[in-house]
Amino acid sequence: MDINVQPKHGLVTRHPSAAKPRPVPRPRAKPLIRSAGIRFALAYAAVFGVSAFALAFSLWYSTVGLLQRQVETAVRNDSVAISQDYLAGGMPALIAAIHNRLADPVDVERIYLLEDPTGNVIIGNLDHWPRGINQIDSWYQLPVSRGGVASVALLRELALPNGDQLLVGRDVRARAELRNVLRDGLLWALGLMCALGVLGALLIRSLFRRMMHNIAATTRAIARGDLTRRIAKTGDGDEFDELAGIINDMLDRISRLMDGVRQVSNAIAHDLRTPITRARTRLEDASLHAESAEDLQSAVERAMLDLDGIVAVFEALLRIAEIEAGSRRAAFAAIDLAPMLHDIDELYRAVAEERGLFLETSIAGSLPIMGDRELVQQAVANLLDNALKFSAHGTSISFIARAEDHVTEITIADRGPGISAADRNRATERFFRAESARSTAGSGLGLALVAAVAQLHNGTLTLTDNQPGLRATISLPGRVKEGK
Amino acid sequence: MRILVVEDDKDVAGFVVKGLREAGHTIEHADNGRDGLFLAASENFDAIILDRMLPGGIDGLRLLETLRAQDNTTPVVFLSALGQVDDRVKGLKAGGDDYLTKPFAFAELLARVEALTRRGKSDGPTTKLAVGDLEMDLLSRSVRRGPQKIDLQPREFRLLEYLMRHAGQVVTRTMLLEGVWDYHFDPQTNVIDVHVSRLRQKIDKPFDLPLLHTVRNAGYMLRSEEV
Repeated sequence: MDINVQPKHGLVTRHPSAAKPRPVPRPRAKPLIRSAGIRFALAYAAVFGVSAFALAFSLWYSTVGLLQRQVETAVRNDSVAISQDYLAGGMPALIAAIHNRLADPVDVERIYLLEDPTGNVIIGNLDHWPRGINQIDSWYQLPVSRGGVASVALLRELALPNGDQLLVGRDVRARAELRNVLRDGLLWALGLMCALGVLGALLIRSLFRRMMHNIAATTRAIARGDLTRRIAKTGDGDEFDELAGIINDMLDRISRLMDGVRQVSNAIAHDLRTPITRARTRLEDASLHAESAEDLQSAVERAMLDLDGIVAVFEALLRIAEIEAGSRRAAFAAIDLAPMLHDIDELYRAVAEERGLFLETSIAGSLPIMGDRELVQQAVANLLDNALKFSAHGTSISFIARAEDHVTEITIADRGPGISAADRNRATERFFRAESARSTAGSGLGLALVAAVAQLHNGTLTLTDNQPGLRATISLPGRVKEGK
Repeated sequence: MRILVVEDDKDVAGFVVKGLREAGHTIEHADNGRDGLFLAASENFDAIILDRMLPGGIDGLRLLETLRAQDNTTPVVFLSALGQVDDRVKGLKAGGDDYLTKPFAFAELLARVEALTRRGKSDGPTTKLAVGDLEMDLLSRSVRRGPQKIDLQPREFRLLEYLMRHAGQVVTRTMLLEGVWDYHFDPQTNVIDVHVSRLRQKIDKPFDLPLLHTVRNAGYMLRSEEV
């Protein structure tokens, strides 16, 4: 029988012309803010700018504050010293003290002005009494005139008991200029930072685009149906490489699943038609040619057996599909395989003995894994079923389970005909049956199920030559025992 | 026994009803969830065979949950085309006592329904089981037939215990796999047959009257001739 069924709602990959591919919207030029690169860069620039501004501002504030305090302290000390001179020697001592201070060539920023109550200057280095001072013992920063030169000073007025007014202060023009220089510098730096931020944003955006372009182009091609495409890795081992790796793994899995679906639909078309045809033929033949009730009865019974076989194949297929879908991982629990394997050994030992086979079993004391007990049980049972089926009378089957380096290995090796090296890779495909196995009963789904179970547990099924015979090993990642 | 069958498929329902009547049971049949719930809640049954997907707004799961919420403990066997492990777990969690996937063999259904109704009757722990002159002491874990003591491996003991608890009923291979080995799938190898035949060697071979019988196309039955 040569059946070649094309799936109706076919896979676009294989027949791109069969179904009109859905138009994939092309990315248009987007507003800048919709670019993730710009958003990241702006956010970064904003955070950077705000923190830099905060740093600069606090620097500026504390520097200016410190200068101000220094001047205030100096003026206050001056005032105290002069007051003591006055208290000690009266007006003459005061005038002498001011005179001395003004004559000092080191500190030229000192400012004094002594006036009598009528406003006549007694002594001092200011041209006139600055306007704006109306309170005693308060700080004023005012424009002043020193010898005809305009300047700025920090001033404090003292009242003398005889009614004279004394002004003590410091020329702070230089300091005010320093402060302005500092402020301008910081403002320039801020402007530069903004410019750099924008530049950085553009740079990051283009970097982003370049990296995304690779992934976007590949995924777009895949969305159109070309599942063979993979994302090229840069080899830098950076986050994008990691992302590319993850996406590629996902694509591998998707294409494996799609291959599986394709393979299964073909297999169902072929492998299930055969027994269905057999059952149908038997029934039709009986209804046309049965000569006695017994003939009819036996034909019906044989047809029922055929149907049971078909149902078993269906159930196995559904079970494999269920396992491959991965939903049973949710039911994974911490289990010890050892007791379960002992049970299987006991269950099959009787059969082996019945058939004149030697089952040589060695199971480690404890085999902790994270997994589904029932599925591992079925996988091991399948391997033992196979081993029993293909073993000749008098030969031995070894059944070994051990844990090494956090890997639990369950090996079942027989001395049967084995599987040829060429067929071994295909042995886990659904419905695959090696030439030597065609004459025996079976559906060709046993190893497919074992492989699916191993894969569900992030493990592997390895088939090797037992010289002669088949050695099948299920390797499952072990669970690290607590307290070890 | 009085059994309620809630099944919407006419052919399946007709077949099940006919088979159960032939086996000597009294059957009520409902073809939708609403009628099924009404019957189950208002009358007394020894067992209910319940489909999961039913017309009439109430599916099998809801029917059973409603029933169990009313403290109705009638044994329920699900008969469903939903055969995934999750479906099975859901069915049993909702209060089902057994779960059989379609398509099914009638012998399997009959055996399971009869096993359930028997289970429902035996209250309290038993310490001794007996079939004919075969006696099992569950406390000392010893078996004797007539005057002769029989040595059994632990698993053979559990197998015999299961058969004795269901004495006079057909016990299918799947039931043994589930009940004795906790297997929920059918191995390709005839493991059960081998174990049963080994047990038979020990309890029947040296004696005149066989107790462990093979029921064709169904399974096994432990019974003494006079029952």
